Amino acid sequence: MVKRHPVRKAVLWGCMTTISLAIMIAVGSRDLAHFDAALVAYTFATLFATFGITYRYTMWLQRPPTAMYWKRGWQMFFKPQRLLTNIRNLFTRTSSDFAANRFIWKRGKLRWLAHWFIMWGCIVAVAITFPLVFGWLHFASVPGSLDSYRAYLFGFALFDFPVDSIFAFLMFHGLVWSSFAVIFGVMLAMWRRMRDHGAASVQQFVEDILPLILLFAISVTGVMLTASYTWMRGYAFDFIAILHAITVIFTLLYMPFGKFFHIFQRPAQLGATFYKDAGATSEQAHCRRCGEAYSSRMHVEDLISVQKQLGFRYEVAGEVEHYQWICPPCRRAMFVLAQTKQWQGNFGDQMFSSMHEQPAAPRFGNPVISEGPLGHEDQANLHF
Amino acid sequence: MPEAQYEFFIDPSRCIGCQSCVQACSECDTHKGQAMIHLEFVNRHYSTQTAPVVCMHCDSPTCAEVCPADAIKKTPDGVVQTARKPRCIACNNCVLACPFGVPKMNSGAELMMKCDMCYDRTSIGKAPMCASVCPSGALYYGTREQIEAQRPRSMPVNQFQFGQQTISTKVHMMVPRTAQPEHIDVLSAMHDHTSGHDIFLMMHDE
Repeated sequence: MVKRHPVRKAVLWGCMTTISLAIMIAVGSRDLAHFDAALVAYTFATLFATFGITYRYTMWLQRPPTAMYWKRGWQMFFKPQRLLTNIRNLFTRTSSDFAANRFIWKRGKLRWLAHWFIMWGCIVAVAITFPLVFGWLHFASVPGSLDSYRAYLFGFALFDFPVDSIFAFLMFHGLVWSSFAVIFGVMLAMWRRMRDHGAASVQQFVEDILPLILLFAISVTGVMLTASYTWMRGYAFDFIAILHAITVIFTLLYMPFGKFFHIFQRPAQLGATFYKDAGATSEQAHCRRCGEAYSSRMHVEDLISVQKQLGFRYEVAGEVEHYQWICPPCRRAMFVLAQTKQWQGNFGDQMFSSMHEQPAAPRFGNPVISEGPLGHEDQANLHF
Repeated sequence: MPEAQYEFFIDPSRCIGCQSCVQACSECDTHKGQAMIHLEFVNRHYSTQTAPVVCMHCDSPTCAEVCPADAIKKTPDGVVQTARKPRCIACNNCVLACPFGVPKMNSGAELMMKCDMCYDRTSIGKAPMCASVCPSGALYYGTREQIEAQRPRSMPVNQFQFGQQTISTKVHMMVPRTAQPEHIDVLSAMHDHTSGHDIFLMMHDE
């Protein structure tokens, strides 16, 4: 039997990605020729974050349910007969779920507005700062033309533009615009967390409030740098620069451990959708108590395998074989009926147990008064 | 003086299907307008027996163990919370794996939702919404001493058998004191239809 070493594997992957990034920084900055030594602290914090994120991601992927979904997600995506549909769905879902955050809109309008501004502010800021810090992107005056700049990517000239143009103004203040977006989003998020009773009851400082404080601190100190050199003749610039570096570096170090890790986990949602797509068109599992279909056979069999790996023993003697073959409504009915059995004889109730071959699936008392299914999947799960 | 230890006790045999718990549950701020409690007719055609099912808050929750996104967390006081919103990827694993059939899947919002025992209330010593309105005591929130005094014929059990798997829970179910079961074998009701007196409602199939 092959002995598994999850920690060793995670450390190995962490080292590989970190070293790969370090090599890419050296190569992309042309042997550090375009690397700004003043930004070295940011670089080392990013390398640490890369190791931490990869380590946690590898550990996460080795959990039995995650490993199963990781494997099945790719299998279902590359299934030849579904590949074209999957590629089309990949684009539509990436744009609707990730670019537009459609599913967060469904969770709440204010939550969506806050998240959308924070997300896009951060994406723009990352797209600008990381290539600059790594020395992959730099600007230089065009030889012979002092009023023009030339943009270089990995040392290759990209395009020229006038220094006094609107384009240059918008681009060189890209971090200011992204800071405004993040500050606006953070203010909305804080407002919601302070006023929404539901959010207040379950939120935790480290998980929900600290990330907002960090984003706010980075954005405000960043904008203060621009304000200092634009309108205040560089007043306290060094102090603000150190303060800004501290906030950014702390956030980078916090990334593998806290809420920001969801950025790297979230794409798993796509794998889940491809898995469910494949399940919907494949053989269905029928409840071995009531006989109704409630999920794909593949999903039930995968869950049985995952539960065994986790040490659960839901095996049942006889025709049922495994408790996973019982649908959720029948589980609820049996849970209650098992208690009824205990009381039998105490109150003179009789059990009607031989009226049909199979017991009927239970039905909600009144699904129209907020009790019914929450969507099409619930309808299938609950046999609506 | 030590602080009173409040616990949740359910006794489905007392349920009269009045829907009060459903209405109260849907008023909770964490899942506004939607009830997380399940209240079903066990077999509508033959009996008025209803099944109120809340999250039992397992000591070793299967839903959390099978979650690929690590989105379901347990509080230090043993309450298994609904999925963390940033993490839940709506895979449906928890819905299919819960031995009590509790979680619901909100497809549009890509989010599993379930009863979290009104954590905003129970964490500060208040009864959950459903238990605070249940007129028959099918859902009861109080101390061990209180329920023993009020229901001398019953005793609480929190061990449930599913095939070879035993699950212990934070929420207790009331069983007759004379039976003294160590656990409740859920699959013992595999072929049971419903209970009641000899009254055939003979409702039409839908």
